[in-house]
Amino acid sequence: MRVTVRLFARLRDIAGASELARDLDQGATIATVWRQLAGEYPALAEYERSISSAVNADYARMDHVLRDGDEVAFLPPVSGG
Amino acid sequence: MTTRLLAIGPEPLELEQVAAALDASAGPGAGADGAIVTFLGLVRNHNLGRRVRYLEYEAYEPLAVKAFERIDAEIHERWPDVRLALHHRVGRLEVGEASIAIATRSPHRANAYAASRYAIERVKQIAPIWKREFFDGGDMWIEGATADPDDQHARAEAERIACA
Repeated sequence: MRVTVRLFARLRDIAGASELARDLDQGATIATVWRQLAGEYPALAEYERSISSAVNADYARMDHVLRDGDEVAFLPPVSGG
Repeated sequence: MTTRLLAIGPEPLELEQVAAALDASAGPGAGADGAIVTFLGLVRNHNLGRRVRYLEYEAYEPLAVKAFERIDAEIHERWPDVRLALHHRVGRLEVGEASIAIATRSPHRANAYAASRYAIERVKQIAPIWKREFFDGGDMWIEGATADPDDQHARAEAERIACA
């Protein structure tokens, strides 16, 4: 299955892209995608404990199981207002 | 910017608009309201000793609107007589420009003030919005809270600040 990954703020800068496509095995979770990305972009590792994640524009936990076509977003600590 | 109560976008913000959005949605109960509190958050020319030139705001917009809806629901739960309008801006903002506009309306001022403060504290906790600061000598992403809408401790802290 294939998912779209959205990256924001500094995560986007680190990966050099705001949107990526990734192929995953059935049963993959948000954490699976994160580990894959952190392997590709080691500078992401420092965000291991401070990111939030979302699926299809709703906050979701890292153990959330993904489905084909999902949009997964990784969010560094926020600074709105 | 818009007559929507909760919105995010690149257009400049104005207090009149956020208050007007509340007026437009007031309905037959409007006569019972005795207070409107408005708040504008502005881009400062200094931050932690740095001379700020301008800010760039980025957001995950569909999730930001949902975060605003969540804040609205929390306010409704805590202060049932308060109604909220909240607009946030994205893109490049110059010093002195408004990044967020909040209006709250209620029969009595105390709840309108408290809910206004609660709204800005919760935006800073859970809205997927980021500011990049461009200052004399460089630029950096500002990173505040790890967004977790279900963190009841954070929510209680926002409520404590709002009611201080």
